[in-house]
Amino acid sequence: MKPLTLSRLFWICGSLLTVLFVVVVVALKVGAVPISIADLALNLGRVILGRASQVPSEYRFVVFDLRLPRIFLAMLVGGALSVSGTSFQALLRNPLADPYVLGVSSGGAVGAIMGLIFAPQIPLVAPLAAFLGAIATIAAVYFLGRRKGQLDSTTLLLAGIISASFLSAVISFLVTTLAGQNLRGIVFWLMGDLSTPLPDALHWVLLAGLILGVGAIYTTAADLNVITAGEREAIHLGVDVTRVKLVVYVSASLLTGLAVSVSGAIGYVGLLVPHAMRMLFGSDYRVLIPSSMIGGAIALVAADTLARTVMKPTELPVGAVTAILGAPFFIYLLRRRLQ
Amino acid sequence: MSTPNNPVVGMPSQSGGQQTGEPVRLTVEQASYAYHTKGNTAPVFTLAATSFEARQREIVTILGPNASGKSTLLKLIAGSLEPLSGRVELEGFEISRLNPRTRAQRIAMVHQESPLLFPTRAGEYVLQGRHPYSRMMRFETENDIQIAENALAQVGATHLRDRWMHEISGGEKQRVILARALAQQPILLLLDEPTLHLDIGAQVELLERLRQLALENRYTVIVVTHELSLAAEFADQVVLMHNGKCLRVGTPAEVYRRDLLEQVFEAPLDVDIGPEGRPRVHIRGTKTGRPAPILMQDKLF
Repeated sequence: MKPLTLSRLFWICGSLLTVLFVVVVVALKVGAVPISIADLALNLGRVILGRASQVPSEYRFVVFDLRLPRIFLAMLVGGALSVSGTSFQALLRNPLADPYVLGVSSGGAVGAIMGLIFAPQIPLVAPLAAFLGAIATIAAVYFLGRRKGQLDSTTLLLAGIISASFLSAVISFLVTTLAGQNLRGIVFWLMGDLSTPLPDALHWVLLAGLILGVGAIYTTAADLNVITAGEREAIHLGVDVTRVKLVVYVSASLLTGLAVSVSGAIGYVGLLVPHAMRMLFGSDYRVLIPSSMIGGAIALVAADTLARTVMKPTELPVGAVTAILGAPFFIYLLRRRLQ
Repeated sequence: MSTPNNPVVGMPSQSGGQQTGEPVRLTVEQASYAYHTKGNTAPVFTLAATSFEARQREIVTILGPNASGKSTLLKLIAGSLEPLSGRVELEGFEISRLNPRTRAQRIAMVHQESPLLFPTRAGEYVLQGRHPYSRMMRFETENDIQIAENALAQVGATHLRDRWMHEISGGEKQRVILARALAQQPILLLLDEPTLHLDIGAQVELLERLRQLALENRYTVIVVTHELSLAAEFADQVVLMHNGKCLRVGTPAEVYRRDLLEQVFEAPLDVDIGPEGRPRVHIRGTKTGRPAPILMQDKLF
């Protein structure tokens, strides 16, 4: 028997963080203006040593004003989407659950757009409204996905897909009725995009939300392990199933809402990453949650770097990249499950 | 109904008398329950007031056909339902009022298996039995691992430890599920139709193991079943259920009366007493032929 220990958990997270560091360095290096590793190290060193004024201005612009914030955003969004995907998989007892597939991302997007239309004066209206949209959608999908009082795997996925398509139609409707908007920007945002720069303050809100949401979910990690082996049995093993579900639903919706409000609906990260982590490190949620968070950051930084570079100088929306890679994987998992 | 409704409580058993003098663990006193589909409508199913006691090292079977109320009674004992009236107490504490963790440290339940969401190894599955004892960070201690290993050894499943749950046979899985319950170190072990998907060899093996565990670990074991012959062979006490009522409580020899069983199971049955004083049930006219378990399977499945 090889039970989880703290050192094994640190070892796994440490290795993933190393991979993340490498991916971030590559992401900083490549792009329309390539930068050598030596220059990167030199200038990063200057910033760390408090000599930011010595950094040449073109470097500062490309690396610190353009690439670094975007990488930071990709890390936060990737982490949030992956953790919310792995949480939905446990709660809905469905390994194919993902905020995008379930329509939760679209729900968040509708919320964000509505918030921006009806109450643009409220600070942080987009993330707040996106959170409400996400939580309303997952509640609706949950009730639509039940058959005879039981959560049914196939019905649930169908309910999610139908909700997603309905909500996308609502988004199209809202967007086309909005006059004078930047249509390319909106379309990019709908497909999932990280290129729109955000105010600095929003980065911190996002980081705080991520820590809060992931932290809350992590407190239930051991309970989730028992729940995935059967909800009825979990009650007899002393798990307060109702409380755990509530905490995880609210937190996962918060994570999805935050991610969608800044980057649009990026698909399949919440499906692909947790599966990869399960294959590598097993299904223990005490490992799965932190490893999915770091893995999600790695995946989205890598996908966004691809989006920036494959057709440079033209940029693709990152959602297109994740969908191209993720959809075939989804079909593979579905086929394997049906067999 | 003319059936007696005053159960014989706490009668000494005929199975060697190992329960005599053992302390009472579980007290079910006039416990009743009613299921409603919606708020104010009439109940769709009621469990009439039921009473019995179970002692340390005793195996009690709750026996009855489908929809007789035996699962409801089990849920009352497990604390997942609160009785409408009456009391269900474990060593003097009302079970439904215990907090979930404390309850899980005292009562373990073996269900018919649920599908697992993700592949799990048998050893990890058994370790989940330590969940009610885990602290803040919830990492298993050496002690937890030792208890899980012992639980596997007690059900003779040490060799399954590193196997995947979805790759082992039904009988093996049942043993691992039982081991998880043992890892909870309960004083009350509940089993809901544990023999349902097992062949006859595995059924006998399971019940013999339960008897041994009850003796060694001082468990009180409650088994819900509709298998007449197995209950007769292994129970110290039988609680006979029919249409939401408890008809009789007592030793198998006291409960296995032809008229009673025929009424409950709606089949022509004969009962005679075997060499060890335990009753044997047959389909009428085939005393040497088909034993009852096969009858029950034919009839109900």
